Amino acid sequence: MIGERIQKILIIGFVLFFFLYLFGPLIVMGLSAFNSSTFPRVAPWECFSVEWFDVLMSDTRLMEGLRNSVFIGLGVVLVAVPVGLAGALMLMQAKPRIRPWYYTITIAPILVPGVVLGISTLLFWDRIGLILGLGEGSIFYDGIFLTIIGQSTFISAYAMLIFIARLQRFDVEQEEAALDLGASHVQVFTKILLPFLKPAIGSAAVLAFLASFENYNTTIFTIVSSSTLTTVLASKVRYGIDPSISALAVSIVALTLIGAVIYEISQRREAKKLKSQAAVARGKATHAIKQRSFFVEPAFIMVLAITIAGFGIIYFAGTIGVDECKVVVKEAKQAEIKRKVERRQAQDMFRQTAEQLGKQPEVKEEVDQPKVTAPGSEGYQGIFAPQNLQEQVGEGQQESEPAESSGNTGLFSPENLQIQVDSSSENN
Amino acid sequence: MVAYWQEFFRRNGAAVALFLIISVGFWLFMMIILPQLFMFDFSIRANVPPPKFGTEEHFYTTEHYRYMLFGSAKSTESFNIIDLTVFVRTIGAAIFVTLIDVALCYPIAFYLAHVAMGGWSRLMVLALIVPFWVNEILRAFAFKIIFGSAGVFNNVLMAIGILDQPYDFIRNDIALWAGLSYAFILLMVFPIYNAVESLDKNQIEAARDLGSPWWRIHWRIVIPHAKPGITSGCTMVFMLTAGALAAPQILGGPSSLWFTQIIYQGFNQAGNWARGSAYAIILLISCIILVLLLMKAFKVKFGEMMK
Repeated sequence: MIGERIQKILIIGFVLFFFLYLFGPLIVMGLSAFNSSTFPRVAPWECFSVEWFDVLMSDTRLMEGLRNSVFIGLGVVLVAVPVGLAGALMLMQAKPRIRPWYYTITIAPILVPGVVLGISTLLFWDRIGLILGLGEGSIFYDGIFLTIIGQSTFISAYAMLIFIARLQRFDVEQEEAALDLGASHVQVFTKILLPFLKPAIGSAAVLAFLASFENYNTTIFTIVSSSTLTTVLASKVRYGIDPSISALAVSIVALTLIGAVIYEISQRREAKKLKSQAAVARGKATHAIKQRSFFVEPAFIMVLAITIAGFGIIYFAGTIGVDECKVVVKEAKQAEIKRKVERRQAQDMFRQTAEQLGKQPEVKEEVDQPKVTAPGSEGYQGIFAPQNLQEQVGEGQQESEPAESSGNTGLFSPENLQIQVDSSSENN
Repeated sequence: MVAYWQEFFRRNGAAVALFLIISVGFWLFMMIILPQLFMFDFSIRANVPPPKFGTEEHFYTTEHYRYMLFGSAKSTESFNIIDLTVFVRTIGAAIFVTLIDVALCYPIAFYLAHVAMGGWSRLMVLALIVPFWVNEILRAFAFKIIFGSAGVFNNVLMAIGILDQPYDFIRNDIALWAGLSYAFILLMVFPIYNAVESLDKNQIEAARDLGSPWWRIHWRIVIPHAKPGITSGCTMVFMLTAGALAAPQILGGPSSLWFTQIIYQGFNQAGNWARGSAYAIILLISCIILVLLLMKAFKVKFGEMMK
């Protein structure tokens, strides 16, 4: 049916539009990192270059922020994962009457605006420090400490949700069996519960680190006088942007993609291992497949090789021929400017002529003090200065007398006026 | 109560029980409840420098809340037009962005859950996560590149000939809306996707066999089933958009402010922490009221929403 076909095309068009919206901005930003233009853009394309990555690496403020961000991220993992675990275990054991309240309060930080969390953390520890009589130098005024606490408030809730999902599949009878067999409570916790939760601990740690790493709203209040990657980035983006920020984005996306691929490989290995163990258990195989170490896994080596080769090729391609290309682009730009200036001058000349036709006496006074730029100042003129232009127009003119070239296109020179006067008298 | 804790210690063993109580206690009281109470206390006191905290001068007052309404602590003659406008516009824009996200995400979630083929569907769901790994500020930066006066949009529109002058997307808030809709879109896709996916395909088939047109299938079967997911997505997107700071700072036009920016200015430029706290409380409470209204309208409970 025709109607169905149109519907199908519409649906596919919509899906394409959605993914374009999702990835278009990132792709444009990624490409702009390799354009040599000083403003991050993809059109007009100038030269393929990796210079912005060098600019990025030599940005000390950004690098300091990055170090702080990594440090804070690790701190948040150390706080939020245990707290989230405890929160989930507590929920399982809470009285049915209390459970909804407990759940609402612990989940609330996810929904509370980040700025509110940041402000409340800052004020609270400020007061605690004051009550304890500690000075400005104490830990309660330290931006990194405050940020770890502030971010953990809601990241613990994320971790808790992950643990709850995993705990719902936990068989409590395992615990009881272990206790019956004489295990201590601590042993049950470390030998049964934690190994069962291991995948969830891994996911929670990764998620906590990423959430901390990209947080801005809470951090901007709790960081006080230090800086993190996000706060440095925000101030950079607000006050003038350059493509080194795109270069940073490209690096982050590349790292996360590589991380995702490695995660996928390790997941498949795990699945394979479980399968072979299951085969052994059923008696279909005599012993489990012995797996090689992860680092000699062919898939891993291939990913590593592709990554290194890819980086190498891009870096190599981005460093050769850049200077030559830039010269070409610069010349093209100057030619463009020259055309524009010439057009403007023609227009100016026309307008001035028209004005002078009406106000001859005033112009005559000006003739007595012609504006002459000092010959030596030529080198300091901007690109729009007419002298500059004349330099480019022809080499022959460069060798002519300096006074002539600095005559401001001769608008006010006597000869010029003479012509105009002549023309006006002709008109009369 | 005592019996409960005795049982708790017996079941978990002393070491684990202590770990649970200390961790959860610290989280609940030192990180969630007390800081909020302190912030509220701070917002209803006079604005004095820290050495005078707790003295006579640090008295209780509602001046910061009155300032939000009237623009002055004493007179009640004129309203504080600037702050109130920003507040209303922030809430309005957040609702608008939430609606855009629902309109964009519902079809995609349905497509991924029920129309797309297995392998493709999994790949697309994975692809959805990628933009979420990129920093919020970098995402806003990407939109600034696209919507700038020399950006991709202006280049394309001028090349086609629709525009002859660059259009200022940033001053007209279009960049801001696009960027904010983008920022939290995944928090809308996944709850709706999870809800729609759990719908039995046979219900759709049955409705279709009985001659129901596609829009009625959605209206009477899919949407009612996905209601908790839609509500949860709307709640998260609305709260995060209203509380966003990075995107408005980067993409907002020179004349448009976001309410969080006023709070930020109160803290960092005006140095009036008390007023900043009062404004933060106002933001928090109005967001909670709106979300409760939403849940009431959709007849969804908090517990079933956050699954």
